[in-house]
Amino acid sequence: MTTTRELVLNTEPFLLNIGPVHPSTHGVYRMRATLDGEVVIDIEPVFGYLHRGIEKLMEERTYTGCIPLTDRLDYVSSMTNNMGYCMAVEKLAGIKVPERAEYIRVIAAELQRIANHCLAVGAMLNDAGALGTPFFYLWREREKIYDLLEMLCGQRLMHNYMRIGGVSQDMPEEFLPALEKLIIQWRRFIEEFDFFLKQNEILIARAKGVGILSKELAINCGISGPVARASGIKRDLRKDDPYLIYDRFKFDIPTAENGDCYDRYRVRIEEMRQSLRILEQARKQIPGGPAKAELPHLVHPPAGEAYAHIEAPKGELGFYIVSDNSIAPYRCHVRPTSLINLTALREMVRGWKVADLIIIFGSIDITMGEVDR
Amino acid sequence: MVIPDFALNVPLAMQVTPADWPGGYWWHWLFFTIIIIAFVLIMVMGVIYIERRGMGRMQSRLGPNRTGPFGLLQPVADAIKVLLKENIVPATADKVVHWLAPIIAFSPVLMIFAVIPFQNGALLADLNIGILYIIAVSSVATVGVFMAGWGSSNKYSLLGAMRNVAAIVSYEIPLALTIVGVIIFSGSLSMNQIVVAQDIPYILVQPLGFLLFFIAASAEINRSPFDLMEADSELTAGFHTEYSGMKFAMFYLVEYAEAIAMSAIITTLFLSGWRGPWLPPWLWFLIKTIIVFFVMVWTRTTLPRVRIDQLMALAWKFLFPLALVNLFIAAIEVLVWPDISQWIFVGANIVIAALLVILGSKLFKIGWGRLEV
Amino acid sequence: MKFENYGIGIIKGMAVTISHLFRHPTVSQFPEQRLNISRRSRGNELVWSREKCTGCATCAKACPQGAIEIVTSTNLKENKYEVEKYRVDTGYCIQCGLCVEACPYDALFMGYSYERAKYRRNDLIQADDELLESPERPVSGYFHPEIAEKLPKQTLLVEKVTEKRKKE
Repeated sequence: MTTTRELVLNTEPFLLNIGPVHPSTHGVYRMRATLDGEVVIDIEPVFGYLHRGIEKLMEERTYTGCIPLTDRLDYVSSMTNNMGYCMAVEKLAGIKVPERAEYIRVIAAELQRIANHCLAVGAMLNDAGALGTPFFYLWREREKIYDLLEMLCGQRLMHNYMRIGGVSQDMPEEFLPALEKLIIQWRRFIEEFDFFLKQNEILIARAKGVGILSKELAINCGISGPVARASGIKRDLRKDDPYLIYDRFKFDIPTAENGDCYDRYRVRIEEMRQSLRILEQARKQIPGGPAKAELPHLVHPPAGEAYAHIEAPKGELGFYIVSDNSIAPYRCHVRPTSLINLTALREMVRGWKVADLIIIFGSIDITMGEVDR
Repeated sequence: MVIPDFALNVPLAMQVTPADWPGGYWWHWLFFTIIIIAFVLIMVMGVIYIERRGMGRMQSRLGPNRTGPFGLLQPVADAIKVLLKENIVPATADKVVHWLAPIIAFSPVLMIFAVIPFQNGALLADLNIGILYIIAVSSVATVGVFMAGWGSSNKYSLLGAMRNVAAIVSYEIPLALTIVGVIIFSGSLSMNQIVVAQDIPYILVQPLGFLLFFIAASAEINRSPFDLMEADSELTAGFHTEYSGMKFAMFYLVEYAEAIAMSAIITTLFLSGWRGPWLPPWLWFLIKTIIVFFVMVWTRTTLPRVRIDQLMALAWKFLFPLALVNLFIAAIEVLVWPDISQWIFVGANIVIAALLVILGSKLFKIGWGRLEV
Repeated sequence: MKFENYGIGIIKGMAVTISHLFRHPTVSQFPEQRLNISRRSRGNELVWSREKCTGCATCAKACPQGAIEIVTSTNLKENKYEVEKYRVDTGYCIQCGLCVEACPYDALFMGYSYERAKYRRNDLIQADDELLESPERPVSGYFHPEIAEKLPKQTLLVEKVTEKRKKE
C-alpha cells in the first residue's frame, strides 16, 4: 500500500564525482560519493594518481641516494621522513649517532611538526570557508620556521638534511639566537590565534560533533597520530617507544575525548605548544661535538632487515628495510601514515552533509605523496 | 518641446517631485537617473577596491597595488578583462531564460536606489510607501537567480539556485519584521521621513533590530558568513557557473550593488541617513554607507561559512522569534508612553536586547546532526 | 548543539582581524625589494671548477638521478685523467647536493642564484665551460664553509619587526 508521501516524493540517490582535481588542497584524490539530496550515503575512494614508484626506485639507488626520494613521500614534512629512513638504516647497520646530531635532529623534527600542523589547521579552516584569514596568519608564522630550516640545509621544502649517521652539516652560529626569537614570537602567536578562533561560534557549529571517530574504530583501523589522540587513545611514540633522545625532555601528550573535527583541531594546537616546550629544552641542552658519524662514502650494512618507526606529524611513519649486503637496499617499504588514516574516512562521513565531508576530510590531514608513494 | 497632455494634468503619482525643482518633473527625473546610475557604477568599483585592499590588510598582506597608483585602477582592469571574454552559452540551455537572467537579477537593484535619500528631499521619487517598495522590489532579484540556475541546464546550478531561493525567502521575514519595528518609531513609511524623524539614531533606540537586520541583510545578499551560493564551489558550482564574459560580470555587479544597496538602507533606517553636523549631507550619507560596508567586509574576513541547514535554522529559530518580540516591545513602547523622552527607550532597549540575545542563544539548537543511513 | 558563549567568540575574532589592519603587512615588493636567501642555498645550477676536477666521477656515482655525464681520457704523459666532457642535465637535477658532498677535491659548488630560468629545454643541458663560475653564476656556501662566510647574511622573518611600520 503506497502512502501519499511515497507517491509525491520519489527520490533516488545520485552519484557525485568529487574529482581528482580538488579545490581543497590535499592533492589528487578522487571520491565517488553517493548522495541523497545533501546527505552522503556512501563514498568510494579512488587513489593512485600520484604513484611514482618510490619503493621500487629505492632499490636502484645507494642508501644515501635514497634520502632525496624519502623527501618526496610526505612532501610537507621532509625532515621527519628523512629521519625515519636514516634511523632504519642505522638500526640495520648498527651505527651510533653522535649526541649533537641527535639534538639537531630533534630540533629539526619539532620545527617540522609545528610547520606541518600550521598547514593542517590552515587548510581545514580554509575548507570550512574562512576565506583564507586563519590560513594567512598561520602561513606567515610558518615562513619564520622555514627561514630557519633554510638556514640549516639550503632549501625550503625538500630538505635532504639527515644523513646516515647524523646530519649533513652542522648548524650555523646564527641559528640558535634565531631559534630563541622564534620561540618567543610563536608563543605569542599561539595565544593570539587561540583568542581568534577557539570560541568562534560558527567554527564550533561546523566542527563540533561532526565526523566522530570512535575509539574502537580508531584502534581497529590502526589510526595513529593526532587523529587517534583526539579520539581518546593516549599513544605517542615519543613517550611509548622513545627514539633518539626524547626521553630526556619533559612534555605532555594532549588528548581529547570526542573524536570530532573540533577536537582534532584542538589537539593539533596543543601539540604545537608542546613542541615549543621541547624546542626550548633542546636549545638549552645542546652539547658540542661532531654532527655526523665518520662513515665510509658508501654504506654497506650487513644482510638482514630492520623496521624503525617515528612519530611523524601525521602519525606513525615506519620504514622497513631489507638489505643483502650491497650498496643499495634490497627492498624498502614505507608504512604510509596517511593511507592508513584514510581508511576510516568512509565510516566517519556517512550520514553527514556534503559540506561536512569536505571539512572532515580536511581534518584528517593527509598528503597524497604518502598515500600513493 | 511639446509638453504632453498627462504632464499638464500632473496626476497624483507625479507629485513626488518637490514643487520648487527648476525645470519640472522631467528634468528632475533625468538628473536623478543619471546620478543614480553613476553612483551605483562608481560605488561598485570603489567598493570592490575597498574590499580587496581591506581584506588584504586584515590578512596581513597588501591587496592589489600594481595597477595604477595604490591599485586604484584594478576594478577597471577587471572590467576590461571581463568584457573581452568569450560569451559561451551551453548547447542545451534555454536561450531566452539564460539571456534574461542577469538582467532580471540586476534591474531591481538599480530600482531600489530610486527611494534612497541622498539629502533632504533629494530622491528620485519621494514615495510615501518607500520602504514597502524596497521590500517588494528586492525580492524580484531572486527570480533572476532562479532563472540563471534553471537556464543553465546543469543540475548543480539548479541545486545552488534552489538553495539560494530557499535562503532568501526565509530571511525576508525577519527583515520585514525588523523594518516594521523601525516604522513604528518613525511613524511613516517614506524613507525621507524616517531620516527626519531620527533625532536619536535608531541603532540606539532599536539595537536588537539593528543586529537582526544586519544578519538578515548579509544573508539576503549572499555575503559571508552566508556565502554558500557563491563559494560553495568547493564542491558543487554556484548558479553562475555557466556564465562567462559580460553576463558573469553582471552577476558580480549584482552582488556588490546589492551590498551597497543594503548598506544604504541600513544607513537610512538605523544610522540617520544624511543627518550630521558641518559636512554637506550627501557626504555624510556616503561616509556612513562606506562604514557599514566596511563592517560587512570585516565580518567576511573573520568568519567561516555556515552550512545550509544551519542557515535555515538560524532564520527560523533564532531571528524570527526575536524579530517578533522586538516588534512587540517597540509597539508597546510607542503606544503606552508616547510622550516620554526617547533616551529612556534607548537604555531599556539595550538591556532587553542583551537579555534576548542571551536567552535566544541558550535555547537555540542549530541544525541536524548525523542522519542514519 | 547550542550557540555557546553568546556571540563573544565572534567579537573576539573580529577584534583580532581589525588589529591586523594597523600592523605592517608581511610583504616585500619583489623586484624592488629583495631578501637575501640562505648562505647555504642549493640554487638552480651546478658550478664546476676545471682546475680542481680530476675526473674521478665520484659525483656521477653519487647522483641519485644520474644527471652527470663525464667522459675522460687518459693522459699518460702527465699521469692523470683528462676531462673531455663534463655534462650536467640540470633538468634532471633535483638539487639535492649529494654530488657536492661527495666530491673529494672540492671542485663542485651549488649555485646561489634563483632567477636562472631558460627559454628552451635544451639550454638546461650544460657542459664544460658553461658550468664555470662567473658573475651570473655565483656559488653558494653549501658544504663550503669558507664561501658561506663571505656571503651576505640571510634575512630572517623573525628579525624583521612586522608589527611596527618599518621600511625594509
